[in-house]
Amino acid sequence: MIGKQKKPVKVLIIILLILGAIWAGFPVLWMLSNSFKTNAEIFEFPPKLITENFSFTAYAKIFQNPEQVRFFLNSYAISGIVVVLTLFIGIMASYAFSRFEFRGKALINTVIVAVQAVPPITLLIPYLSLIVTLKLFNTYWALVLTYLVFTLPYCILMVTGYLNTMPRALDEAVMIDGGSRWTALWKILIPSAIPGLISVGMYTFMQAWNEYLFALTLTKTNDMRTVPVGINLLMGQHAYEWNQMMAMSVLGSLPILVLFLFFQKYFIAGMTAGAVK
Amino acid sequence: MNAKLKKKLTPYGYLLPTIILMLILLVIPIVMVIGYSLYDNVIANKNPVFVGLSNYQKVLTNSDFWTAVGHTLFFVIVSIVAHMIIGMVFALILNTRYLGTRTKGIFRAIYALPWMFTASVIAITWRMLLDPNGVLNFFIQFFHISSEKVTFLASRDIALQSVTLINIWSGYPFYMISILAGLQGISPDLYEAAALDGADAVHSFTGVTIPQLRPILISLIMLDFVWTLQQFALIWMTTGGGPVNATETVSTWIYKQGFTKFQYSMASTGAVILLIVCTIIGIFYVRHQKAEE
Repeated sequence: MIGKQKKPVKVLIIILLILGAIWAGFPVLWMLSNSFKTNAEIFEFPPKLITENFSFTAYAKIFQNPEQVRFFLNSYAISGIVVVLTLFIGIMASYAFSRFEFRGKALINTVIVAVQAVPPITLLIPYLSLIVTLKLFNTYWALVLTYLVFTLPYCILMVTGYLNTMPRALDEAVMIDGGSRWTALWKILIPSAIPGLISVGMYTFMQAWNEYLFALTLTKTNDMRTVPVGINLLMGQHAYEWNQMMAMSVLGSLPILVLFLFFQKYFIAGMTAGAVK
Repeated sequence: MNAKLKKKLTPYGYLLPTIILMLILLVIPIVMVIGYSLYDNVIANKNPVFVGLSNYQKVLTNSDFWTAVGHTLFFVIVSIVAHMIIGMVFALILNTRYLGTRTKGIFRAIYALPWMFTASVIAITWRMLLDPNGVLNFFIQFFHISSEKVTFLASRDIALQSVTLINIWSGYPFYMISILAGLQGISPDLYEAAALDGADAVHSFTGVTIPQLRPILISLIMLDFVWTLQQFALIWMTTGGGPVNATETVSTWIYKQGFTKFQYSMASTGAVILLIVCTIIGIFYVRHQKAEE
């Protein structure tokens, strides 16, 4: 729809639109462009968006290097386990919050809300000794368990909200038919909350996929490193293979980009739940 | 087991995994870190001695710590203001009636792009862009803004501003998307009423848009404050707090105390101070959310 009057306003909007796109998009475009160059061409003067040596070599190098493929496998495995466990444990907790009155409810609820204000770096120092004591240092579990602390609260708050909108008559109908509460929760309530759970799952995946501080400190050997830490390792080891770092950045961002493209609506709903009601 | 007792215990059964996890990985670590901050060098020292609040006195009289606090405040406040302005402008553009739905959809996706990238990807990409031989320096020379190459991240004078710029780029989409959702929730009747009263675009913005968005804007500022205050990854991977200590913030200061200098008591003390500040903001946030309901 185009307004008929106010031409200057329209021109201003178009200028802002383009400037905004350059600001937001240029760094990403440049990342993509440099992932197809040879390392010598990265800082070529004058810079070119597409060079004559355009190739997928940097990508091929990453796929041929088992150490770097391992970063991706680790990230997928850890994020996947975190999503499954967060949803499973979170749904159970949400059911308790939504359907029962019990002693300590307010206290547990306060703790869960409060976690969101706890800086990860505050927990890092005790985590290191705790994880070493539990003999989990440099394992998937060191990361999975510590990530759960930060993914669970959001999941519980969101899912409790969804369950609260579902009538208790649904659970009671199942129980009159001889089913248990457990069946009511997983067979009746959860299937109707799927869209909300997709939002929660994606947000959880993103938190786990992006985490850097714990992954840096609670793992040690390269076979346990995740993508965010791994990208940075490329800098130290191979004296700045910029094209490979860019290729790895593109590959490392792909899961989130794909999720965003296919589930934009859920994605936005999940991310903005904190500020917008 | 009798039915009544069983019924009473059921909710705790559902909550058991959460309670165990939060106890072991939240409550106990917080008690531990507070404990560490009250002893002289823990972990490294086999028999640490209780020193009361003297670590707090040491940290709060440490000039490096206060330098880091100053950098953090600059980083946080400039980031929040810039996030708010960019987020608001983009949201308003995407909400105008001058653009078609399809155009809006495409540009919304482009503007949301920085959101999709993890801190290490953002850090590396911007290190490349801001390199003395990088593309930004090419444009600076091309448009004759400066004849010399600008060392954005390696110069003590502008490293903090450069890191803040990177953080601005990475953080505004959250504002944009939230404000956009808020704008779409404002009833058109309010604007019509304002127009009938003779309000122009500026007045309907200050008279209708801002008051309607106020709760969202306050939430955004508080959330962003807590997040930016804790920002570690982006700074660590671009400058590591340097050159010298030009971009040292509270997070990098704590990390260095703990993991490069092995001064766990000092690190824990800094971490507890940060926790207290974040908790205070958190309390305001919860109160604000409750007041809105």
